[in-house]
Amino acid sequence: MAMITADPKDVPHVEQFAFTPETLARAQELISHYPPGRQASAVIGVLDLAQRQQGWLPRVAMDAVAKLLDMAPIRVYEIATFYTMFQLKPRGKYLLQVCTTTPCWLRGSEAVMKACQHAADGETFSVQEVECLGGCVNAPVVQINDDFYEDLDEASIAKVLDAFRRGETPRPGPQVDRQTSAPVGGATTLKSE
Amino acid sequence: MLGDKDRIFTNLYGAHDWHLAGARARGAWDNTKAILDKGPDAIIDEMKKSGLRGRGGAGFPTGLKWSFMPKEVKDRPHYLIVNADESEPGTCKDRDILRHDPHLFIEGCLVAGFAMRANAGYIYVRGEFYNEAQHLITAVREAYEAGLLGKNACGSGWDFDLYVHRGAGAYICGEETALLESLEGKKGMPRLKPPFPAGSGLYGCPSTVNNVESIAVAPTILRRGATWFAGIGRPNNTGTKLFCISGHVNKPCNVEEEMGIPLRELIDRHAGGVRGGWDNLLAVIPGGASVPLLPKSICDTVLMDFDSLRDQKSGLGTAAVIVMDKSTDVVKAIARLSYFYKHESCGQCTPCREGTGWMWRVMERMVTGNARLEEIDALEDVTKQVEGHTICALGDAAAWPIQGLIRHFRPEMERRIRARTEKLAAE
Amino acid sequence: MPKVKIDGVEIEVPAGITVLQACELAGIEIPRFCYHERLSIAGNCRMCLVEVKPGPPKPQASCALPIADKQEIFTQTPMVKKARNGVMEFLLINHPLDCPICDQGGECDLQDQAMAYGFDRSRFHENKRAVPDKELGPLVKTSMNRCIHCTRCIRFATEVAGVEELGATGRGESMEVTTYVEHALSTELAGNLVDLCPVGALTSKPYAFEARSWELSKTESVDVMDGLGSNIRVDTRGAQVMRVLPRLNDDVNEEWISDKTRHALDGLRHQRLDRPYVRRGGKLAEATWDQAFAAIEAKLKGLAGSKVAAIAGDQCDAESMVALKDLMTALGSPNIDCRQDGAKLDAGPRASYIFNPGVRGIDSADAILLIGSNPRWESPVLNARLRKRYLSGHCAIASVGPAVDHTYPVERLGAGPATLRDLVEGKLGFFEKMKVAKHPLIIVGMGALTRQDGAAVLALARDLAEKVDAIRADWNGFAVLHTAAARVGGLDLGLVPGEGGRDVEGILAGCEKREIELVYLLAADEIDTARLGKAFVVYQGHHGDAGAHRADVILPGAAYTEKPGTYVNTEGRVQLGQRAGYPPGDAREDWAILRALSERLGKTLPYDTLDQVRTRLGAVNKSFSALDQQAAGAWGGFGQEGALSDAPFVSPIANFYMTCPISRASKTMAECMASRAHLMAAE
Repeated sequence: MAMITADPKDVPHVEQFAFTPETLARAQELISHYPPGRQASAVIGVLDLAQRQQGWLPRVAMDAVAKLLDMAPIRVYEIATFYTMFQLKPRGKYLLQVCTTTPCWLRGSEAVMKACQHAADGETFSVQEVECLGGCVNAPVVQINDDFYEDLDEASIAKVLDAFRRGETPRPGPQVDRQTSAPVGGATTLKSE
Repeated sequence: MLGDKDRIFTNLYGAHDWHLAGARARGAWDNTKAILDKGPDAIIDEMKKSGLRGRGGAGFPTGLKWSFMPKEVKDRPHYLIVNADESEPGTCKDRDILRHDPHLFIEGCLVAGFAMRANAGYIYVRGEFYNEAQHLITAVREAYEAGLLGKNACGSGWDFDLYVHRGAGAYICGEETALLESLEGKKGMPRLKPPFPAGSGLYGCPSTVNNVESIAVAPTILRRGATWFAGIGRPNNTGTKLFCISGHVNKPCNVEEEMGIPLRELIDRHAGGVRGGWDNLLAVIPGGASVPLLPKSICDTVLMDFDSLRDQKSGLGTAAVIVMDKSTDVVKAIARLSYFYKHESCGQCTPCREGTGWMWRVMERMVTGNARLEEIDALEDVTKQVEGHTICALGDAAAWPIQGLIRHFRPEMERRIRARTEKLAAE
Repeated sequence: MPKVKIDGVEIEVPAGITVLQACELAGIEIPRFCYHERLSIAGNCRMCLVEVKPGPPKPQASCALPIADKQEIFTQTPMVKKARNGVMEFLLINHPLDCPICDQGGECDLQDQAMAYGFDRSRFHENKRAVPDKELGPLVKTSMNRCIHCTRCIRFATEVAGVEELGATGRGESMEVTTYVEHALSTELAGNLVDLCPVGALTSKPYAFEARSWELSKTESVDVMDGLGSNIRVDTRGAQVMRVLPRLNDDVNEEWISDKTRHALDGLRHQRLDRPYVRRGGKLAEATWDQAFAAIEAKLKGLAGSKVAAIAGDQCDAESMVALKDLMTALGSPNIDCRQDGAKLDAGPRASYIFNPGVRGIDSADAILLIGSNPRWESPVLNARLRKRYLSGHCAIASVGPAVDHTYPVERLGAGPATLRDLVEGKLGFFEKMKVAKHPLIIVGMGALTRQDGAAVLALARDLAEKVDAIRADWNGFAVLHTAAARVGGLDLGLVPGEGGRDVEGILAGCEKREIELVYLLAADEIDTARLGKAFVVYQGHHGDAGAHRADVILPGAAYTEKPGTYVNTEGRVQLGQRAGYPPGDAREDWAILRALSERLGKTLPYDTLDQVRTRLGAVNKSFSALDQQAAGAWGGFGQEGALSDAPFVSPIANFYMTCPISRASKTMAECMASRAHLMAAE
């Protein structure tokens, strides 16, 4: 994945960004978690709120975050380009974050990635290769917006994507018959309760 | 084998209610005040006696770590920081604690925070764990509402505030000082040590960073006693441990087991065995991506604890067992990890910033054999130029998997190079 | 003091220093890229690794490691050598190795250290990283492929310059040093980024591909672009000044210089006066020295001294000023002034017109008041010192004057004299802060003094200094910040009106009323030349600027790089500038012109050599006998109580980049101005 390190030029021009009252209230709540004068601690959280409001992070949104937190804009640009969850370009309605790190790769993430790439049209779906999502015993994993879809293969990811296309929200978690991280077929432990 | 009565995480798979009521029914928050009434020093002492070693990867004794905090709060507040930035490839144990047993963990935060005389704690949850963070936030709110957190937490007379802080996608923030930087609103770039966090951590205040699992097991240890915990496993490698078994097994899973369980037993008993049978095993990465892999011959007998795996020049790490059967392109499996470290290097210090990219590119050529034989030595040399020369351990973590590959699979690497050379010569 | 053993040799070192510093004390050089003693410690390049016992079995970054008693440090072991060779190899794998086309070539830390720690061939067979160049304004050229990510530039901008606009975006091998928004930094100290860059990633844009360092003659000199007297090195090739670099002087400029100091030099090549001119039929015509002198002689014939006047400019050397003063005395004229800007300072007690505590005094000040000053534009390097003081903590800073971005927080008490009076009367809270401070510092800028009520403001400031106990045997916290390099020297030499003489305003008024018939402008261009009326104007200077345009006779002089000269900075420090090259064409050293003219006029000045002029300087004022010394001046009565105006204090510098004939002739300065036009407009 190419990293964005400079103000992208090939993005729609966004004239200005203003926090909605709701976002602002949530931002203030986050700021209240930190000691006075340490409001910069909330930068990741507030950037996330701005991104949820706008769908992505145009520069004006980062500038608004900088202003709210009394930070130099460059410090916010640094943060936004350092952490991979910030989207500096617009993306589709569903962001398919496909894990291809070794544990997922061992269990077939290549086919899942292919299916996602095939589906990515930039409007409904955008695809992004991500590093280990931390769901390794349910590999392969794709994070779609906030939810993890697990134990995928070529067929099951196709089903998930189809459901999204139909406007449904398929049930997150394992796409095979198992309970979260327990072994397929039932847990080998914790049976005494 | 560990019996269910000795398991700490009784809702590991989320079969039961994770809210306060459910957690209480399973024993969480059971007379926490009594634990706190023992006082910080007794708690730390008990933790030391339990032999608990940090569950985040490095295995540093938890009680000892807590004891590094100043014994008195002076001009600067103390902070408990919990590292829930679980990102080590192969590892997904903390996720289950956060989403299925958040109260057990929150209780641990109070106990740990109290023991290190902190009135505030921050839990740094990796950004991708959005839903897990929501569970945690809800559970924290429930705890506040029940008087378990906040002013006079659990009626102990100690005030303790706990906050959930989400990250945004950076493996490096699992390094404790990078985590502190990130928590302060900066890029996650590890700090130079000294100073160590216990002296100068979050906002320059005394701080201790612990892994989720280390914190979550603390209340049970303190309730059941250090002797109980220390009686599980082997000396210096005590207690129960969450294992994550992924890759080429029949039934990948998380499971809580006794420290020191033989690797083979772990895989066979809980993960349904290696795909195609034990003899189809090629290699195992026993402790998350950062530790060197082990070929089958070692896997046959090795025990899953800190010292046994160290003796095999690998490590327990996060106890994330990544299994590879004989169908695996092992060079590619490691090359993918090299890419991971290149991608996750913060870029701050020279050997890691430059070395991870170099190692990955060479590894990619090794996958196809597009190299000269002497480049294997050169690659190993580069790993050693990175290892031990960086600000944090990411450099080491990037070097070790390759060193492990060369140690155990050099003939395979050479075979590929020869095959390609011969093929080119023939054309 | 802790004892450590370095490479087997035991030495005692001061507590609290780092291993790297201890090694330097022991005379052992430790290679480094990111470490810079005036910046925070980054510890990122890993070049300075050493082996330390007791310690972990791996090398440690010596720049960041505090020394400890009984520590054993090894700088030459195989472990250390391997570590450094390894780091060097990593630094070079993605470096383009384009030294032959790199302006840093020959003075590059990477090049130098590669000689010691590099290998003669590469084991890196992959493609090198390509990094897009960045836009950093008209002074700093970027070649980002060469960047080794030491972050010195980022730390300088953030810490010293106080402009948080430079950062590192992305991460890992994709990390890039950038402003992200691609525009010039809003600092007057950008050129220092180039000095700090240990490689050729940031090089000087105006100097790009102009010369190689080894072709240049290097002359140590003193800057005249502001009152600080920054120590500089002037690099020339043949007659041309190719670049100006800072020289280290912890008492004055540390190792920084302003962008004007560094980059106005192209102004030395344009609009130069390279021969005498005489106005004939309303037009200036080329002339010989003889013709020019003859014209002056003719005009002066029979003219009463009271009808003759002289004004010395802001960048004059002391030698030419003493010669001018002596000549005017010989001509019987009391009408002489060195205060072009009309500052209400006179040649009274020295403490009344110098920066008494010295620049170093800033470091110990614990309450600072700025009166009518914007140090950021009046002396950017001194401003950086103020910022440094702010960063070290426990120092309240307030201002009575213009609302500007100082690069550090300043409590603005008010705009003008009324606020100052309230402060003196103890009506403002800051008075107490100054009173309890151990080292209160009052900086009086020209914005407070170059006004009708300047003397009254000066008296108020003096009053304040006494009331807050800033004038003691061990501390004089009264500090005048001059904008002109020549001003203190001029006052030291008494270039103020003599008995019954006229100051600049009086001279100009006299010209208008035809009471003054001849005005001698010694490189004085900052006056309203329209008011010279019908007076006969002699302009001696180096640039065809305002004065020369109005002149009847032009005598071509030398710019500061072209003559040996003595300058007294705002602290009262006497410093020597050296000649780096010769003035163009027929132009001559200024004191020598005056000496030659005096002879022609039959008033021969009593010195024939530079040494003799300098002896004369010492005779006029003994301050000139001691070079590079700084001490508070004698305290005494000064200023004059009087009516105060309501007008706010305004900094005399409206445009930092163009304040003198040289900078006004500089294209580079014009570009700097354009690149920051939006910021200037905001002022």
